[in-house]
Amino acid sequence: MRPSNRTDGLISSIKMRNKISLLYLATALLALLLGMIFGILSGLQYVMPEFIKAILPFNSLRPFHVTSVIAWIILCAVGGIYYYLSNSEAPRLYSDRLSKIHYFLFLGIGLTIYYSYYTGNFGGKEYLEFPPYLILPILFGWLLFGINYYKTMVGKVRNWPVYYWMWGTGILFMIYHLSEAYLWLHPDIKNNFIKSLAIQWKAGGSFVGSWNMLVYGTAIYLMAKIKGDDSIGRKRRSFFFYFLGLTNLMFGWAHHIYIVPTAPWVRYVAYGISMTEWIILFYMIYEWRKSLPEETKIKNWLPYKLLVMADVWVFLNLILALLFSIPAINFFTHGTHITVAHSMGTTIGINTTILLASVLFIVNQIQPDFNLSSVKKGFRIFNVSLLLFWLSLLVAGVKRSHWMYFTKGIPFSEMQSQSHWIYIAFLLFGTGIFIGLLFITLPVLKTLLTTYNLKGINENENQ
Amino acid sequence: MIHKKTKIYIGCMLALVSVFSFYNFTIYTNSDAQYETPLSDKALHGQELWQRNNCFSCHQLYGLGGYLGPDLTNVFSAENKGPEYIKAFLNSGIKTMPKFHFSEAEKEAIVTFLKEVDASGYYPNYNATIQSDGWVDIEYKDAK
Repeated sequence: MRPSNRTDGLISSIKMRNKISLLYLATALLALLLGMIFGILSGLQYVMPEFIKAILPFNSLRPFHVTSVIAWIILCAVGGIYYYLSNSEAPRLYSDRLSKIHYFLFLGIGLTIYYSYYTGNFGGKEYLEFPPYLILPILFGWLLFGINYYKTMVGKVRNWPVYYWMWGTGILFMIYHLSEAYLWLHPDIKNNFIKSLAIQWKAGGSFVGSWNMLVYGTAIYLMAKIKGDDSIGRKRRSFFFYFLGLTNLMFGWAHHIYIVPTAPWVRYVAYGISMTEWIILFYMIYEWRKSLPEETKIKNWLPYKLLVMADVWVFLNLILALLFSIPAINFFTHGTHITVAHSMGTTIGINTTILLASVLFIVNQIQPDFNLSSVKKGFRIFNVSLLLFWLSLLVAGVKRSHWMYFTKGIPFSEMQSQSHWIYIAFLLFGTGIFIGLLFITLPVLKTLLTTYNLKGINENENQ
Repeated sequence: MIHKKTKIYIGCMLALVSVFSFYNFTIYTNSDAQYETPLSDKALHGQELWQRNNCFSCHQLYGLGGYLGPDLTNVFSAENKGPEYIKAFLNSGIKTMPKFHFSEAEKEAIVTFLKEVDASGYYPNYNATIQSDGWVDIEYKDAK
């Protein structure tokens, strides 16, 4: 590892093996911005139903939005893991070439998915709305990642800290649950509507649990590195919580289908397991915050603040999740925007905040004098807007639930008209989130791309 | 030489994966769901059209799907609704709904799909009983 020959502050000391990780991060940030733009366009269609309907109807806009945001989470988590494996400590990545093939494969799949949405070619399943054949190259990409990860780690690192376990199991369960999500292609399941619906939501819930393993693993990795103390990742308690989270990933999906007439025991298991994984992360970040010296907080101010914010969002979502894990409450919240508030709270409040902390941690390494003023401004706008957005979703959810269970004979369209002002609030606060993210992501993107394009960075082809 | 703690964790992992395998096998193969009547060929065609046009992005079945449009689990049997009501909406292009161009046979297939979904249960489940311990006993349409 040879330091860069640049001396103007950019990547002054970083050893840069595997530059492709920067492309993953830059592409992830672009996907986030695109996802936000599609989200705003969707919000505009809520308020003005005819808005660009002929070019991009809602059945295209929603998958554009959902897929872009999922791409952000996955690419940023994967890019971060490649970066940390390549540039941080003992293990060197098994193959840089495989990570490049993985990147260009995912990029190609992403563009094909966008094209299929634009042309109205859908697979029609929640989260996975692209044509079913595209799952094959996606699974192949995850397989490449898995081979690279395990070849890098197994036998090279002893006594793995918990985050290596989380990343490793996240990859394996991602492959399993993505495959499971396509069991509906089997005639016996396709023909049985209730079973197909149940398996769809089982796979969907565990798919989210799998990427959470990658993201939460990243959070714990960052905590360990910021503090300069790996013990947080090796404590027996950390592993207890990890296995609890894994149990949740495997069995805790079914609160989504309390209301579906599937076998009663499936619903009982779901109630029993509940949503334990939140407790894990909340507790770990809380403990870490308490033990962090003041000078360390100042040195890594923004990643620290973002992790603290993630903790606040874990707390808010924990309350919400625990409440609607109770079937009697779930009965009224299911099928309303309260579920959306939960998804937005987790994907934006928790996942995005942790992943932004990860990107900023990396940017801080490659450019120690990175100017934080724009990012700080964005951070404030982002948090305020997200809180208001989240609250407006809760209000919309309560209104819809009230309409479903406590009013008779009011048509759906009338309820929607009465909710018009709430949809305007979504749009405004959603735009606020986008503006906040622009302030954060644009300078970060510039740094990542400038670093990627620099000549003279030592990039080892470790084949 | 594997670290002692690592051996314990691998043991925990194997135990969890064993239970998980058994659990999954049961879910995939069990026949104790409360509604098992297979979809007819016509309904399967309707389901295919439902997916190909990404109807889930706006509509829900059992509360699962998008929120822009209404839940359609029981639209077939709902008061003042039913097959003609569904057909009238399909190609209307009303409000945010895209203007589809379904043929009469395709409309029939979608209606049949929704008819068979309707037969599988209730949503919202107005006659469910909420227990004092937080559990909800839902009403089944075709209880075994």
